[in-house]
Amino acid sequence: MVGQGPSWDVVADIQLLLQFHFMQNAFLAGTLVALLAGATGYFVVLRGQSFVAHMLSQVGFPGAAAGVLLHVSPVLGLITFCVAAAVGIGWLGRDVEAGNRAESAAVGSILAFSLGLGLLFFRLYAGSAQGIYAFLFGSILGIADRDVLLTFAIAAAGLAVLVWMGRPLVFASVDPDVAAARGVPVRLVSIGFLVILALAVAITVQIVGTLLIFALLVAPGASALQLTARPGLGFVLSIVLALAFTWVGLALAYFSDFPVGFFVTSLAFGAYVVIRAPKTLPVRTRAVYA
Amino acid sequence: MPSALKLDRAAVRIGGGLVWSDVDLEVEQGEFVAILGPNGAGKSTLLKALLGLVPLSHGSVLVFGHPVRRGNDDVGYLPQRRRFDPDLRIRATDLVRLGLDGGRWGVPLPSAAKRRRVAQMIELVGATGYQDRAIGELSGGEQQRVLIAQALVSGARMLMLDEPLESLDLSNQQAISELIRGICERQGVTVLLVAHDVNPILPFIDRVVYVAGGHVLSGQPRDVIRTETLTRLYGAPVEVLHTGDGRLVVVGQYEPVSHHAIDH
Ligand SMILES: Nc1ncnc2c1ncn2[C@@H]1O[C@H](COP(=O)(O)OP(=O)(O)O)[C@@H](O)[C@H]1O
Ligand SMILES: [Mg+2]
Repeated sequence: MVGQGPSWDVVADIQLLLQFHFMQNAFLAGTLVALLAGATGYFVVLRGQSFVAHMLSQVGFPGAAAGVLLHVSPVLGLITFCVAAAVGIGWLGRDVEAGNRAESAAVGSILAFSLGLGLLFFRLYAGSAQGIYAFLFGSILGIADRDVLLTFAIAAAGLAVLVWMGRPLVFASVDPDVAAARGVPVRLVSIGFLVILALAVAITVQIVGTLLIFALLVAPGASALQLTARPGLGFVLSIVLALAFTWVGLALAYFSDFPVGFFVTSLAFGAYVVIRAPKTLPVRTRAVYA
Repeated sequence: MPSALKLDRAAVRIGGGLVWSDVDLEVEQGEFVAILGPNGAGKSTLLKALLGLVPLSHGSVLVFGHPVRRGNDDVGYLPQRRRFDPDLRIRATDLVRLGLDGGRWGVPLPSAAKRRRVAQMIELVGATGYQDRAIGELSGGEQQRVLIAQALVSGARMLMLDEPLESLDLSNQQAISELIRGICERQGVTVLLVAHDVNPILPFIDRVVYVAGGHVLSGQPRDVIRTETLTRLYGAPVEVLHTGDGRLVVVGQYEPVSHHAIDH
């Protein structure tokens, strides 16, 4: 990708990283996405909704394809489809989220259909595999200026709403019955969160693609919750981890010519394993770590 | 002083069927009330109606003289459940704090007064030793103590506890019952406690409310806790024994038997 390799001079390395416009866009969009994905991911894991995150990313496929087909930004198509799906799931209730058997069969069918629909849309467009590849694995290095703007708007709004509804959201997540009795509109909070999740999914897919979304939307939250049981700290930690995975992943990709998605997912997975491993070991061995 | 609770010809309908109807009930402030009845009779529904979680289809209910509403600081609720997910990663103290301001929107700011209030409740229920541990890691008895602190923290004058002794071992049942009795007596908190096994709370109760066959009736423990009454109530043989030291013990097969349970 570049002629010069990294040195031990960090300032020079950063200058090197940011010398091209596409890398500036990549870092900017990556940072924005990591902020919202990390913040949302904390709640995804707290609420046990990884399955929904995965599902929304799949539903986005025909959305992105439709965006390409209609000559608007794929991100717009993604957002439309993801938000519509989130509202739908919200109305159906918690059964779907919990991966209830009958419901997950229904969701599975919808997933398969939406993937088929996406394939059709891409075929209608030009039959190019390029777009599909970008959607499945992310295309952070090809982010346009207007996408950065849209990403900024979504990340800022999503983060602000998440912080604003933080307490009722935590309450409704860990103890919905008491939360309802205490006056929290649990259903509304749940749907509101799904919409933010849908937006987070839509912009995260740009970076790591639908297949690798776990890396930014679930892994940081999972690691943060392993590290601390304090809600405020866990929330911040999840964001910090998502930022770190994105920045380091981008830098490694830039200097090595391997895909960004590979590095981001490896970092996310590696961190989770390192954090989780001591807890999975038998109690006797655990003392060594402590 | 208004009654803690006053139901007037109240009825609840869920999915077209009457759960119970024509309920007249009055509970005085500071009373310890046991709510008994077979599974599916509508005990949980009764508490939910008192909390405003389930609407009345008929009649009226007043709590401390006011119509019910969600988010009433006068009322603390502990819903029926088994246990928190062992993987739930939130500290006991955070859970108690949610009872204080978990319903508030906006950026959470640190508050020394709220922290003190939470610490005070945690101390009251004897949970100080594990307040910083994740709730999922705690034992059933420890979780119940934390939840009682959560129910009280808003300044509740009435506790609605739905089977809080279920799935606890005997010594924990005893300890939690004693704790609730102490809160009732020392803080003057009215307690409504749904119980499946009445024995752990038998020595404390001021009044028994029993829910069965679409009716809700209330009476003095000495009138209700009798072999004939309970046998009729549960639709199964139940015997009330008098022990040598003057206590009552309820024995028998009062396992969940009701027309609802059989329907399904
Ligand atoms: N959400 C609900 N949907 C349909 N039926 C319900 C619901 N909640 C309770 N019921 C019905 O109302 C009746 C009373 O239930 P509940 O109050 O939970 O009984 P209990 O607590 O005494 O075991 C039962 O027949 C139950 O089937
Ligand atoms: Mg019940």
